[in-house]
Amino acid sequence: MRRAFRTGRDLAFWSLCGLALLIVVAPALAIVGGLLQLAWPALTLHLFTATTVNNGLQNAILGSLVLCLGVLIVAGPVGIAAGIYLAEFAPLRGGSLLRLGYETLAGIPSIVVGFVGYIVLAQALHWGFSLLAGILALSTLVLPYVVKTTEVALIQVPTTLRDAGAALGLSRLTTLRRAVLPPAIPAIASGLVVALAISLGETAPLLYTVGFTGQNPTLNLFHSPLGYLTYVVYLNSTLPTKAEHEVAGAAGVVLIVLLLILIGIGRAVARWSVRYSSSMLS
Amino acid sequence: MIRSKRGAGGNAGPDSVRFGHRRLQDRDLTRGDRIARAITLLAALVPAGLLFFLAGEIVSAAIPAFIYSGWGFFTGQIFTFGNLYATTLSHHHGITAPHAAAYGALPFIFGTLASSLIALAIALPVAVGAMLVLTERLPWRVRSGLSVFVEVLAGIPSVAYGFWGVLFFGPFLAQNIYPTLSRVLGIIPPFRGSVGAGEGLLTTSLVLAVMIVPIIASTTRELMRTVPILAKEGAMALGMTPYETFKVVTLPYVRRGILAAAVLGWARALGETMAVLVISGDLLNRLPSNIYGPFSTLAGTIVDLLDSALTDATGMGVHALAALACVLLLITVATNLVGRLIIRSAAGDLVLPIGRGV
Repeated sequence: MRRAFRTGRDLAFWSLCGLALLIVVAPALAIVGGLLQLAWPALTLHLFTATTVNNGLQNAILGSLVLCLGVLIVAGPVGIAAGIYLAEFAPLRGGSLLRLGYETLAGIPSIVVGFVGYIVLAQALHWGFSLLAGILALSTLVLPYVVKTTEVALIQVPTTLRDAGAALGLSRLTTLRRAVLPPAIPAIASGLVVALAISLGETAPLLYTVGFTGQNPTLNLFHSPLGYLTYVVYLNSTLPTKAEHEVAGAAGVVLIVLLLILIGIGRAVARWSVRYSSSMLS
Repeated sequence: MIRSKRGAGGNAGPDSVRFGHRRLQDRDLTRGDRIARAITLLAALVPAGLLFFLAGEIVSAAIPAFIYSGWGFFTGQIFTFGNLYATTLSHHHGITAPHAAAYGALPFIFGTLASSLIALAIALPVAVGAMLVLTERLPWRVRSGLSVFVEVLAGIPSVAYGFWGVLFFGPFLAQNIYPTLSRVLGIIPPFRGSVGAGEGLLTTSLVLAVMIVPIIASTTRELMRTVPILAKEGAMALGMTPYETFKVVTLPYVRRGILAAAVLGWARALGETMAVLVISGDLLNRLPSNIYGPFSTLAGTIVDLLDSALTDATGMGVHALAALACVLLLITVATNLVGRLIIRSAAGDLVLPIGRGV
């Protein structure tokens, strides 16, 4: 009797947990499925050859890629350098303060970043809607992720490598460059992939910093509004006609495909990193 | 994931030279080392610097609106930029704004708190339960396959959630679920009344719940790894069922960590903008009439009204939105800090996921 109760309770608990797992999996399927179903008629080559003016996505896709590239150039080096400092040079107390700083920055709502980007970059500095303002706003947002993955990647490198470098009389910089950094590179790269995925999906920090245009992007940094994918999803979802919804859905599908590619790259890099690092460390 | 700064490295003895652990003295640094340290230090100051810069800009832009409205900012329900074309201006506490301008943020503060708390209440048990069954009961292959879904959920752009919520999920709920809910739970006032078309508080909260599942889930997953396997095996050896093992062994280990995960998830829901903007229905100047009704949040309103705020020649419109951003910033930073303090006291060096659950 008692035993039956215990088994029953066990079964009930894990069934509930299984149900929870279903509830987690279902929306992912529903969103991807729903977008695909809606966007199906619009998923043609026309998307890649026409700009948003003619219900295509060419300018938005190019714009999103340009933004990602910019984020890579700005947030990449700064974030990696910051991660190196925190893992290799920082004193204990100061390090944990800086760490709290980037953790808190990661929690700031993206619209706050966009709002400050607007009042400072677009207005106070008179950049107007500009590519550079968008890149800086996005970089602010993704910087913590790059810092954190770099730091964690370096901490995971065994201290014996540093000891060996010191024992050989190498300077810290040389040890870092030749022994500590190489095994950490794949993990750092996966952090950059995360940063790219986030930049691709953000809207709020861009609305009032890069604005929007139906033209293809120019590489002009100032006074140059830019089209990007998430804006198309946002704008067209508020428009009334079916054709506009289809384009919004198509933009969503393109975003999710790009995202899946990035997740794939991230996983491949992670798998490679395990093998690569162990080959470097053995 | 790393739990301790020292965990991965070898167990260097007390006398060993450990660079990265400040055993080396400053005099051991070469010139190149010093330069590298200075440059990377500059970079490391950037995130914290940005944090103070953002906070400073927001606060200084918000001050005029706070002065103009006084405590009315937190208690008033009317938020209007006033008559921008009137020839007269309103003056309050020495600040000039367009005629009849009023900045009452109560409905936005209420909307932000209500939607994020409902979302948290739904997402927490779901995310924890899902991760439990994923890490404890399912074989490794299934586990890595299914965790793709968590990654996809974390990565789907906020606008795509909004788009899906407003075109598919909201109408579906309004037609199939809400009428029943309204009938069954109608005795409780918030659940009573018209269910609308699916744009409103409950739909938004449900979508938010989906959006914050990944951060709670990934934190839970990391926590589950900290539970010592021997204690679990011991419990099993005593004849406990898996549920009892969870209750007696696992739960005490992860309890505070899960609390921290909840706080982080909540912080994320508080700041969510685009999905909320599209699904909330943007009700201004009033509190929602019931749980299905349209409402507004702080973040959504900033995007929604910035365009019209720009037409305010006195500049007060932008100041008022900055005040909304300031309140939002305070709430999210406070929740984040609390979450991190909890986990530091609970799990020591466990590296928490940040932001979106990375």
